Amino acid sequence: MLAGLAVLLLVALASVMVGASNITPATVLDSILHYDSRNTEHLVIIEKRLPRTLIGIVVGVALGLAGTAAQGLTRNPIADPGLLGVSFGATLFVVLGIAFLGATALSGYVWFAFVGAALASIVVYSVASVGREGATPMKLALVGSAVSAACGSLITAIVLTDTQVLNSVRFWQVGAIAGRGYDVFWQMLPTFVVGTLLALLLGRQLNGLALGDDVARGLGQKVALTRLLGATAIVLLCGSATAAAGPIGFIGLAVPHIVRVFTGPDYRRVLALSAIVGPVMVLVCDIIGRVIAPPGELEVGIVTAFIGAPFFIALVRRRKLPAL
Amino acid sequence: MAGLSILLVLLATGALLLGKASLSPGEVLGTLIGQGTPMAGFVIGELRLPRILTAVVVGACLGVSGSVFQSTLRNALASPDIIGITASASVVGVLSIVTFGLSGFTLSLVVIGGALVAATTMYLLAWRNGMSAYRLVLVGIGVAAICSGVVSYVLSRSDIQDAQAALVWVTGSLNNSTWKALVPVTVCAVVIMVLVGIFTRPVHTLELGDDTAAGLGVPVERTRLAIIASGVALAAVAVSIAGPLAFVALASGQVARRLLGTGNAGIAVSGFVGAALLLASDLIAQFALPTTSFPTGVVTGLVGAPFLIWLLVRSSRTGTGS
Repeated sequence: MLAGLAVLLLVALASVMVGASNITPATVLDSILHYDSRNTEHLVIIEKRLPRTLIGIVVGVALGLAGTAAQGLTRNPIADPGLLGVSFGATLFVVLGIAFLGATALSGYVWFAFVGAALASIVVYSVASVGREGATPMKLALVGSAVSAACGSLITAIVLTDTQVLNSVRFWQVGAIAGRGYDVFWQMLPTFVVGTLLALLLGRQLNGLALGDDVARGLGQKVALTRLLGATAIVLLCGSATAAAGPIGFIGLAVPHIVRVFTGPDYRRVLALSAIVGPVMVLVCDIIGRVIAPPGELEVGIVTAFIGAPFFIALVRRRKLPAL
Repeated sequence: MAGLSILLVLLATGALLLGKASLSPGEVLGTLIGQGTPMAGFVIGELRLPRILTAVVVGACLGVSGSVFQSTLRNALASPDIIGITASASVVGVLSIVTFGLSGFTLSLVVIGGALVAATTMYLLAWRNGMSAYRLVLVGIGVAAICSGVVSYVLSRSDIQDAQAALVWVTGSLNNSTWKALVPVTVCAVVIMVLVGIFTRPVHTLELGDDTAAGLGVPVERTRLAIIASGVALAAVAVSIAGPLAFVALASGQVARRLLGTGNAGIAVSGFVGAALLLASDLIAQFALPTTSFPTGVVTGLVGAPFLIWLLVRSSRTGTGS
């Protein structure tokens, strides 16, 4: 765990240093302590790289925790944090915002994304809760994928009829942490903090849920309350991440699997390590994206797929897989 | 099943009658018997009938494929979409369209080849001292992630015209329905479905759990492999003609299960559900808005999702839910 934190710090430092022009650690320290707005290197660090790194860390933590919570909540190893319709709901509202309300700036998208994420998950959770048993994992997953599919259809319908919208959305939809300023960071911070606290505190409950609803109840847990809190945490976390960076696909799904190889199935430890592995993954992919295709950049959302997936496959091949 | 067949026939009749060139029912009937005007013959024979039949065949393939994945992997979210089959087909399709400018029959052939290559690669990657379905699913998810990354990249870097064309294909549409493509596809589909039919009973037994099934004499891993291979082949065939139609496979399997009442996987029923879903979506996609017609894949989510949700809510209320 401490090793993980150390790795995270190193990677964060690298993220500030590396880029189209590499900057030495001494300069980085200098820019923080004696900020000189006339020095271009200081400008790059403070105005571009630092917010990018901070957002990358926050997005990584959010997605890692949300993914673990989603898999724990639904007892389904192929669940990802978008399962409550969050990513698609957010994208749908961003598209609606661009198409009908003329939203242009990135920080404008953030509010639409939040609203969309919240609405979609409320719909999913309410529909899944109908009936005596409440929101069972199966119903949550199914309703979530149904709502996501419906949102996806609406998105495609709007985007195909209006080329302007397609043009704006296809860049947002890739998922990137570049070009976001401190305003985006502060916008997502409140929901992120609440979501993180909620998720980390649910570790014991998720362990109980993993044994099955009846056993959990027998152990004295309030299953319905856990599900509600878990769903709220997922929405807050995944909603913040999607609002800030666009839908980044693979991390929420892969991080819990990777972490479980090192920690075993105890959710308290899985959650804690996911909060570290998540941002490491995001930052590493972002750094690679900066250097791999000069003079341009590859967005994080693309690099996570190209790098994360083979690594994930290699891991799946190598180790004996612990059961969920 | 009888209800679904009637629904299918109704939808097909509707599809035959509706359209930009308005034909009276009499003309339609006449053409079907073989004595119609040349224009009616063209519209029905070259435009509408192949499209209807393609919708039925593709829908059935996707429905059966989805149901097969869900029952073999015992996971309600499993479908050829999740484990990377349709995603790899998307990549091949998008790259072919944007980089090589392919379309039509050539595109279909390339896509089916690509999907089969991807499936074999996934199988080889997941094979390690034997096959595990869990590992196969996880490898599939990894491959799907890579593929969607490539698609995102191409969509964000290409020229806007190319991006639009690629997006239309990736959404899935029935605009390329021709007799030339339909015949080989139907033949393949029928052959594979016969295979699936042979394996239906062992698959139902597999649902009881690996140990129970082995105890009942079912060769577990071999059956699972054979049936997943059939599911992959069906999905590849469907995607090669119509593109990766979202959600049809997932929804058909779940809808079939709920229509039959819990317990039975209903592989055959899923085929019917898939066909009906696709046909209905196609009709809506073409005729819902008077000025625009959408690619079919846009509507499959809009039609399938509410219906699935309604079924879920209904079965929850009556207590027969999951």
